[in-house]
Amino acid sequence: MTTTTPAPPPTATPAPRPSAGRRIRSWLANPWGRPRFLVLITWSYMIWAIVPVLIAVQYSFNDSRSRTIWAGFSTRWYISDPSSVINDPTLSSALQQSLKLAAADVIIATPIGVLLALGLARWRGRGSGTSNFIMLFPLVTPEIVMGVSLLLVFTNLFTFIHTGTFAQILGHVTFSISYVVVIVRGRLFSIGRQYEEAAADLGASPPVALVKVLLPLLTPAIVAGAAICFAISIDDFVISYWLSSGGNTTTVPMAIYAATRAAPLPSTNAIATILSLITLASVILGYVGYRVFTRGERQAGQGMVGDMAAFDI
Amino acid sequence: MYPRWLWQGFALPGVVWLILLFIIPFYAVTAVAFGQVNPTLLTPEPVWNPLHWNVGWMSEALGRLRPGGDLWVVVVRTCEYVVVSVGMCIAIGYPVAYYIARHATRTKSLLLILLILPLWISYLMRMLAWVNLLAPDGYVNRFLMWSHVISTPYGWLDGRPITVIFALIYGYIPFFILPLYASLDRIDKSFLEAARDLGASPVRTFLHVTLPLSKTGILGGCVLVALPMFGDYYTPNIVSGAPTTSMVGNQIDLYFHYTSQPTIGAALTLIMSVFLVVLMAYYMVTVARATKEQQA
Repeated sequence: MTTTTPAPPPTATPAPRPSAGRRIRSWLANPWGRPRFLVLITWSYMIWAIVPVLIAVQYSFNDSRSRTIWAGFSTRWYISDPSSVINDPTLSSALQQSLKLAAADVIIATPIGVLLALGLARWRGRGSGTSNFIMLFPLVTPEIVMGVSLLLVFTNLFTFIHTGTFAQILGHVTFSISYVVVIVRGRLFSIGRQYEEAAADLGASPPVALVKVLLPLLTPAIVAGAAICFAISIDDFVISYWLSSGGNTTTVPMAIYAATRAAPLPSTNAIATILSLITLASVILGYVGYRVFTRGERQAGQGMVGDMAAFDI
Repeated sequence: MYPRWLWQGFALPGVVWLILLFIIPFYAVTAVAFGQVNPTLLTPEPVWNPLHWNVGWMSEALGRLRPGGDLWVVVVRTCEYVVVSVGMCIAIGYPVAYYIARHATRTKSLLLILLILPLWISYLMRMLAWVNLLAPDGYVNRFLMWSHVISTPYGWLDGRPITVIFALIYGYIPFFILPLYASLDRIDKSFLEAARDLGASPVRTFLHVTLPLSKTGILGGCVLVALPMFGDYYTPNIVSGAPTTSMVGNQIDLYFHYTSQPTIGAALTLIMSVFLVVLMAYYMVTVARATKEQQA
């Protein structure tokens, strides 16, 4: 497809400016030609999707209090202004809380998710179908439903757990586990069982086959899973909001939410920029990790993009 | 080669975690929705035994959601917003996904990265970006005034349904395009060549080959954006905040965080979940049928 592009079929009437209707017909007519109409829509969409965010990033460096009128470049909203990210206690504590939750989420959800993926992929028998089904539900449940249900269970049944950091960590882990499972399970299916069977044939005991053969093969998916846990935890607003106890348990998305509803300063843009950079860095790190650990495998790298593209359904 | 209990043991922590913190919490919502309210403290008193359930609060919530009830207008509004937003997602997203899957060659990797990028930029950041742009002296108003479309700044953020719908589309469309792209990318090109060789017109080829083969992708994308949209409350709050654009999610938020009537809130959450499970079930049945058809 990329190398041999057949010449476009001759059009019946080569009019200099075809009408819109004919142009739409012509891009439908030629599945391999240059569909200018589609090019236009696609690139407009991309610009529409990305440029507003870039403008928001730009205004985090504004030298005035305005988020709409440019007054020159400055880093005052990051470091020097009294209400900059560093100096405003609300913002700096929000950043700490977000990082704390994300780190705890990675540490708890990754091992649980990896074990669950292994278990579900290999466990055939009573209970496995149900467990598979339960695992998929957190992926499609609207976050507000999860937020409400966790809040109610912590206030009515598990009353020894109070809203606050610990409850927020429990909530983040609950919605992260399924993402790890989906990524690790995809990798398990693609490597198959032949390597472990070969190891067993060559005399490896089950624990040795597991640790020396399967674990290294799973490493890329584990790294990717951990990175995605970190990213979705950092970005989460709803669960943190429902399980927060105010004050110190405010996360960055909650701080942005509160600020947009009041009168946001460019420092809000600044902390949002920092948040997005952290998320992007973790995803890129996960991707690079995936590539490094799948070095030498055919079609490596497509695996994770494919998983990331498909893991929501 | 491995003992069977090993895999069950591996799955155990995760399964226990999800039972304790996903299944039981959901049951807690049910128990509160069918529970009592402490008459003096006004706190909810969940009823765990289904035999002793009190349907009073549930029927009150249902009565208010019914035509004629005071929340009916919110239900209609939520459905309108979701239907219009999902429709616009299809209208914008299909050409984009189609182009990247079918036509993009040299730029394909770049376009895919740009497509995934918004997923990893905080949702709140993307909303904040539009709050800045739509402010009275923001770029949008300045552009419209410069081009003489309007003479005074338009209050985009003063409770306008169009702004909420726009924000919903902007926020969720990446989640729509990705599964659609995946399903369009999977279509075997020889089907299209066969259709063209057999004399089908391009429009016919599109309508009878490409479109049916991407049906599961369209449905998947719709489900993926519609379910969270039904539960959304932060988007309308950020870009409007007015009661005139309040959605069902806003009502739930209101009952928990502003008026302290968690029982009604729990009843609304339960009703919404049942509705969404029905939508989800419809999707799963459709996909199962389509997969069977394609295999046959």
